Amino acid sequence: MSTQTVSPHAGDKRSVLNRALGGSAGRSLGLVIALLALFVVGTITAGDRFASVDNILTIIRFASIIGVISIGMTFVITAGGIDLSVGSVLGLASVVATLSWVQQFATSTNWIVMVIVAIAVGGLAGLINGIVIAYGNVVAFIATLAMLVAARGLAEVLANRTTQIVIEPGFLSAMRGELIGVPILVWIFVVVVAAGWFILNRTTFGRRTVAIGGNLEAARLAGIKVKRHLMYVYILSGLTAGIAAVMMLARTTAGTSTHGTLYELDAIAAVVVGGTLLIGGRGTIMGTVLGVMIFSTLTNVFTQNNLSTSVQNIAKGVIIVAAVMLQQRFANRSKK
Amino acid sequence: MRGLTKSFSGTRALAGVDLTVVPGEVHCVLGQNGAGKSTLIKTLSGINQPDEGEILWQGEPVAISDPVTAIRIGIATMYQELDVVDGLSVAENIFLGHEHDRAGVTDRRRTAREAAEIMARLGHPQIGPGREVGTLSAANKQIVSMGRALSHDAKLIIMDEPSAVLDSEEVKNLFRVVRELTKAGIAVIYISHRLEEIREIGDRITVIKDGRTMATNLPVSETPTKQLIELMTGRTVDNVFPPRVPVADDAPVLLSVEGLALSGVFEGVDFQVRAGEIVGLAGLVGSGRSEIVETVYGARKSSAGRVLVEGKALTPGSVRSGVHAGMGLSPEERKSQGLILDEPVYRNVTLASFARWAKGGVLNERAERQEARAQLEALELRPADPDRAARTLSGGNQQKILLARWLVHGTRILLLDEPTRGVDVGARAEIYALIRALAAQGTAIVVISSEIEEVLGLSDRVLVIADGRIIHESAASAIEEHDVLDLVMKGSAA
Repeated sequence: MSTQTVSPHAGDKRSVLNRALGGSAGRSLGLVIALLALFVVGTITAGDRFASVDNILTIIRFASIIGVISIGMTFVITAGGIDLSVGSVLGLASVVATLSWVQQFATSTNWIVMVIVAIAVGGLAGLINGIVIAYGNVVAFIATLAMLVAARGLAEVLANRTTQIVIEPGFLSAMRGELIGVPILVWIFVVVVAAGWFILNRTTFGRRTVAIGGNLEAARLAGIKVKRHLMYVYILSGLTAGIAAVMMLARTTAGTSTHGTLYELDAIAAVVVGGTLLIGGRGTIMGTVLGVMIFSTLTNVFTQNNLSTSVQNIAKGVIIVAAVMLQQRFANRSKK
Repeated sequence: MRGLTKSFSGTRALAGVDLTVVPGEVHCVLGQNGAGKSTLIKTLSGINQPDEGEILWQGEPVAISDPVTAIRIGIATMYQELDVVDGLSVAENIFLGHEHDRAGVTDRRRTAREAAEIMARLGHPQIGPGREVGTLSAANKQIVSMGRALSHDAKLIIMDEPSAVLDSEEVKNLFRVVRELTKAGIAVIYISHRLEEIREIGDRITVIKDGRTMATNLPVSETPTKQLIELMTGRTVDNVFPPRVPVADDAPVLLSVEGLALSGVFEGVDFQVRAGEIVGLAGLVGSGRSEIVETVYGARKSSAGRVLVEGKALTPGSVRSGVHAGMGLSPEERKSQGLILDEPVYRNVTLASFARWAKGGVLNERAERQEARAQLEALELRPADPDRAARTLSGGNQQKILLARWLVHGTRILLLDEPTRGVDVGARAEIYALIRALAAQGTAIVVISSEIEEVLGLSDRVLVIADGRIIHESAASAIEEHDVLDLVMKGSAA
């Protein structure tokens, strides 16, 4: 009797464990371990310089800009697409928002105008990406590659290859401030993450995104407006690039066409390391956040130890491969 | 070659399979999905290792440690998913992995000559060795795959459901090639669950169920179908098709199609389906039958004519308009067109209707799951776990997910394209009963199947399609299988 009741129970336990490891928690587990390992290494090599509240905030602040872009990227990749244009859209938005007439208009009305302009530029670029991809049937890789090149070019033309200083005082005092001892930039990151998580996991928008990435044809035949939704997803990605531009202006106090160069690669790396499937159909916001944090912490540990960025890049490459291999391990275990 | 014997017992999926294959025979292995057929093949081709038991090859015990060893001793396998490389030529595919070369440079002339010889031996000299495989039909790709087996000088060829991707003409050709092979003393293990095929090509049958041999060496010609089904399913099957329920004369017309056309594919298609009626479309692959249904549904944009649901015309080319009016499609390719395989079952069920429970765009997963679970219980999904990934379910249960999707949505017109493809014999009867029960509740149903027997058995009325036209219409009870076949053949010849 006892063996009969115990054995199925044990089987249940194992399957629960396996399911947890195969689920998003399990996929994130490896990332949490990696992040903790980096913290241990940082504390050992750099001691108190690393393990202080100020430094932790520095790490998060450093992560926040890429982090915001990565949230938009998570949606695009979950839907089975890719957005290579985010970095240069960031640059373009930073330039447009700091054009002298925009700043003058902002000074005479409200500094929020600059924020709205930057986000609108991002959204517009996303809209163009979305229309070209969804309705023009151009492969996302190519369409957004074209936007990458064109947006950077437009930014150069508009800025005349100069750096445009932010002179609007209201913008600077508001965006460079703190709330309860935490920088505004970090708050923006937190809000975007929370919104991203909610939208992806709890709304019809998120469900459609996952469905389209998982099987576009099945979604279409079930009556989901696939094209329109794909367009929305690219707009979302553009909007996050616009928000990131605002953050960039706050951090550097200047707009320039070179802002955000190669950010698309960091964002894609963070998303994929985080466990979002590059072929679409599965996305995790928490994984993306962990991915961003790992790279940001890595940079911090290296900087604290005065190591060159070249060595840092090598380590980044190794981490990308190792993290993905680790996830596949967990994924396979859950299948068995 | 004197005779080869294999016996196993004990791998997890295989709990004791005994099988003996002699040269020159076609030995059919019959079993439902999940019976252990695939594991058996993988063990023979060196992908899996048996935990217990042994494999005897020409009387000697052998360990087939990897696929290369299997090929070296003379066992070649043709997998269900064709393992040819589309971008390479026929000759390159045939000699893939054992190219004729001199110091790493391929000997193109010798490769081409020997490939041509092999294709001729297979009765397909018209497929040139230089032809790119991607341009060939599924049937011809299979011939190339067989050519590869011959190039290894295989003595035993394992064919895993080779007919799954073929239409009836191509299957005939496949059988001709198989007969050629066996005449030359090559043994074939033929895996299938289509009984009619096994009747035609097989010599002996081994039935496996739950990883065990239920019966072996049954002579094909003397074993009644009923016995085979009972061995496969472990239960008695009396009537596969449920009895027809007469459609009331005053039953309303739910779907009517008027002069529908899709340029270059079909034209002048008119038909009506009443509430409670099952209309079957019979026709060959390529006759336009799937395209007709997809166009009615709005997945393709018609070039002429219109589709009306309860008298209201739908927007051409808009799936949403069809779904909104109460139409649902279970597509031909269940996995690639119907399901999101890695998503849980309940989300697949609610794919067309999850927005209904949402408030202001925020999902109500609890209500969704509850609704899905209730529907799945009614359909007796197995396993009855709504959180499982759809991928892990058998073909029959995946089909139930699609039916559940439209039932949850409240669909009154169901378009079912190949509802039993890849569904094993036992589960088929269940699907048939479900479809009939839906009709009895007043759903209008259109069914497509390559198996004419199925169309006739299931439907009330049959439309025969050939070359993009409806060439015949009659009550399903008033026409025989061979008549439909004659019509189809004549129609496509004309």
